[in-house]
This record gives sequence, C-alpha cells and structure tokens, in this order.
Amino acid sequence: MAVGVRTWDLHKVYSSSPPLAAAGGFIARADAKGGKQPKAQIPALDGLSLDVLPGEIFGLLGPNGAGKSTTVGVLTTRVRPTSGQAWIGEHDVWKEQARVKHLIGVVPQRPNLDFSLTAREILIFHAAYFGIGSRLRNERADALLEKFKLTERANQMVRGFSGGMMQRLSIARAMMHDPQVLFLDEPSAGLDPQTRILLWEIIREYHQAGKTVLLTTHNMDEADALCQRLAIIDHGHVIALGTPVELKASIPGGFLLRLRFGNQTADLLERLQMLAGVREVRAADGTGADVYADRGGSLIPEIATLAANAGAELSDVHISEPSLENLFLHHTGRSLRD
Amino acid sequence: MNWKTFGAMLARDAHVARRNAIQLFLQTFLQPLLFVFIFGRVMVGSGYMPASYKSLLLPGIIAISMVFTGIWAVAMPLIAWTREIEDRLLAPIGVAWIAIEKVIAGILQALVAGLMVIPLAWLVLRPGVEISIHAPFAFAGIIVLVAIFSASGGLALGCSINQQHIGLMFGMVITPMIFFGCTYYPWSALKPFPILQKAVLINPLVYASEGMRATLAPQFQHLPITAVIIALLFFDVLLLLVGLRQFERKAVT
Repeated sequence: MAVGVRTWDLHKVYSSSPPLAAAGGFIARADAKGGKQPKAQIPALDGLSLDVLPGEIFGLLGPNGAGKSTTVGVLTTRVRPTSGQAWIGEHDVWKEQARVKHLIGVVPQRPNLDFSLTAREILIFHAAYFGIGSRLRNERADALLEKFKLTERANQMVRGFSGGMMQRLSIARAMMHDPQVLFLDEPSAGLDPQTRILLWEIIREYHQAGKTVLLTTHNMDEADALCQRLAIIDHGHVIALGTPVELKASIPGGFLLRLRFGNQTADLLERLQMLAGVREVRAADGTGADVYADRGGSLIPEIATLAANAGAELSDVHISEPSLENLFLHHTGRSLRD
Repeated sequence: MNWKTFGAMLARDAHVARRNAIQLFLQTFLQPLLFVFIFGRVMVGSGYMPASYKSLLLPGIIAISMVFTGIWAVAMPLIAWTREIEDRLLAPIGVAWIAIEKVIAGILQALVAGLMVIPLAWLVLRPGVEISIHAPFAFAGIIVLVAIFSASGGLALGCSINQQHIGLMFGMVITPMIFFGCTYYPWSALKPFPILQKAVLINPLVYASEGMRATLAPQFQHLPITAVIIALLFFDVLLLLVGLRQFERKAVT
C-alpha cells in the first residue's frame, strides 16, 4: 500500500552554519568553543507544511538555500526540526526513526557511498542492514546493477567511479530495500543528458509500481516533466502548490516580457498597463519592467511605439512562454537561478 | 534494537578489515616491533640498557599497540569523514547503536592487536624475556578494559575533532599521551619528578601500561591492580558517554 508524506508547520533554525546539503551533511561543525560571540541564527524552514499523497511524484522546487534539502533532511531523520512535525505514512519521523527508515529510500545530494566496498558489496551490505535475506539481496543487487548499467563495474571499488556512476549507484542502493517512499535530493545535478533520461525513466517506473517519490530540484524542465504536483519553496515556506499545469496557469497572462529601457519615465509603466492583453506590469531595477501578458511577440511593436513616444528607448527584450521559471519570478521577484 | 542490522554492520567491518589485512598489520605492528627491536635488542645487546629492560618494555608495548589500534580504528572514519558512517545513518537502527557498533569493532581489533603483539614482540626480544600470565583473570579483565578504553577514546576523539585538526591531534593529544603514558618506563620511575608523577595520572594510557605490567611482569614496581581497574572503568564509562553524545550531535543536525 502506498505511503504518503506529511509535514506540519516545520521550523528549523541552524545555530551553526547549515550543512551544504542538509540531507547528506555530516559536516564537521565550525568550532564554537572559546569565543563568547553569539552564534549565528540561520533560519532554514519557516512554517513549512506539506501533504504528499500516497503514490505521487512530488517535487520541491526552489533556488539554492530555499530549504529543500533541510526539508528532506527532516523527513529522513538527519535534521532535527526546531519545531513542527513530520510523518511518513502514519509514523512520526522523530518518534519512530527505525520504522521510518524502513519505509524510505534516500538519495542524498552528494553521493555517500561506502568507499571501502565494491559497487556490488555496497548494495549487498545495504540490503543486509535492512535484514533482507542472502538470496533475495543477491537477486536484487544483480537486477539493479543491470538496470543502472553498472554490471560491468560491479566488482570494482567505487572510489574510482565517475560522478554519474556514483549517482546511479546511490539510487540503486536506495531501491535495494524496496522502500515505499523514495527521496531524491537534486537527483540530476551533474548528470549528462543521457543519464538524466535514464534516471527519469527509472523514477517513472518506480512510481508506476505504486511508490511515492519526493524529489527536490531547481531544474524547471525536470519538475515539469516528472512531477505530478509541485511545491515552490522560498525562504523556508511554500509559496505555491499545485500541478505544473495549474501553477503555470496561475501566472497572470502566462507570457512574461522582460523589458529594458535606456531611461524610464513613470508614466511609461502606466501606459504599458493600458495595452490590450497586458495583465500586470512591475517595475524592475529602475530602468526595466516585467510585463505579464496573455500574448508575447505581437505586443513588441506596440511597446516599442509607446517607449519611443515617451522618450525611453527600448534597449532589451526577453519574451518567455508560460513556465515555472516565470511563476517563481512572479511570486518572489527573483529568478530561480539567482 | 535491531540485531540483524547490528550484525550486518559488524560483518561489513570484518569484511573490510580482512580486505585491508596487510595494511592493518603493518599499521599496527611495524612501529611497536621496530621499537622493541631497537630498545630491546640493539640497546640491550650493546649494553646501554640492562637485560631486564626487555621484560619491562613488553607490557608497555602491548598497551600502546592496543590503545592506538582501537583509537585509530574508530576515530579515523569519523574524523576523515569517510562516507561509510553517512551510509549507515540510513540503516533502520537507532543512531547510538551505529556508534556502539563502531566501538565493538574497535574493541575486537584492539584485542586482536594486543594478543598478536605478545608473541611477535617475544620473538623479536627473546631470549631473556621474563613475562608470564600468572593471574589470567586479572590479565583478561585488564586487557578487555584497555580495549574498551581505546575504542571509546577513538569515538570521543573522532567525533570531537575536525579533519583539518588531525595534525594537531597527533601533536597535542597522541604524542604527549605516548610519552607520558608509562609505556617505555614504569610509573615508579617518575618518582624524582613528583609533580609530573601526579599529573600523568590523568592519562588513561598510564593505567593500561601499568595494568599490563602488573599482570605480566609483576617483578617490577607497579600501580596496584585494583587502582588500575577502577581507573580504567572510570575512563571507559566517561569516554563512551562523551563519545556517544558527540556522535549524536554530529549525526543529527
């Protein structure tokens, strides 16, 4: 039976510098002894509530530092929340850790493979940690090595593996104990396009077997292609939630025209607002404007004319079609890549 | 408590130890055996040291081999941050048990090191070594307490020190511990330095060396066995508790 994931009002304040990627971050702490200087309080989660349905592919989308990895860390028993609760199925993550670890498979942002073992041994020992019998773990290891195209390297030490191979092996390892919920933290970061497609196929296949997948990404295409629902996260809380189609439809007009002018007059923005099809105009950086509209290129001649009449020369135009990137920009005023 | 998981982790450590057997052997025994050779054979053979020094040295060499095997085995993966610990944190077992498993593995390695260095050093030193296990239970008790101290010390040290401070750890912790650990001389030899003689009592290696000496070569003056056992028990419990606390702080952000 598929298992859902829930968090309620999670808060996390790091009192030392937060781990690079919270889920994989067994990082030595900065030495806080000796000095009496107050510790830095770094808020990472600020009232984050989520409800991932059993059997869905759910994406957490947001820029670096938004709180994605910390959320995964809390749900995978690696980051203790300052307040709030988290559940995997019916199990409270922080009260039933061992039970929860049985239900989840985790692919951390930075591969954390056991460097003293070969690829095959990593899978076998991982399964043994989960109490899986010898025959079954050998069968599963062979099948997963085959699926992830690692059979030829199965008996080599992982120390010499490329980043992509380590990432594939991390995912295979997470699947060894057949978890009900798979967490993938930035799964395709650093992968070549071919491996990325293989990864997407495998995630879809795993989902078709009735499993829940929760992934974090700052890659729009990935979120769009893979996820059934998305939560857009910024500054530790959810700023938008829905299917990729719903989310994109929520952007006023859908199209975004980012305009730059040589100089700008205040009434130019007001006049832009009057054009047919324009839904919203926002000033940007003093000499630009972000125009949300339900048409794209056909607006340009009118905008150019308006600008010329106002004495403001149009110096740069960028038109983007409805996308999650625009959605993020709309909600936060910042680009995801900032 | 999940015994299957615990057993599988021990199996993994045994597997890796078998694979690295030669490296482990050299790492554990090369230095003590060279020391035994130079001080026990060369110095004694040339008359700079009395012949009885051989029997005085051997118990100290056993203590030092055990202590550093245990510390090294547990601390290195924790300091260098090999990803193996990280991997285990995903296993369905309480975080403290992961640390306890490491300590058990360290204890076993320290015991093997201690029991192997006796015949090896004896081979290098003979003839003229006068040691005997005249009190087998006391010897067994002390050797186990020393093994626990070494592995718990490794846990506490490994979870308290950053990777960039490994050099400092050797300079500031390990080196003074060896030289003020009564390994190459008995504690009674410090009598002319009364303050130092009191101060070294905070060094747990002193009790390891003196305990070995008391049970293997009692002809030399040594600390009373009861005092040694109480002190080792104290350090075992203290270091284990500190180590577990530090491990949990490091494992969960």
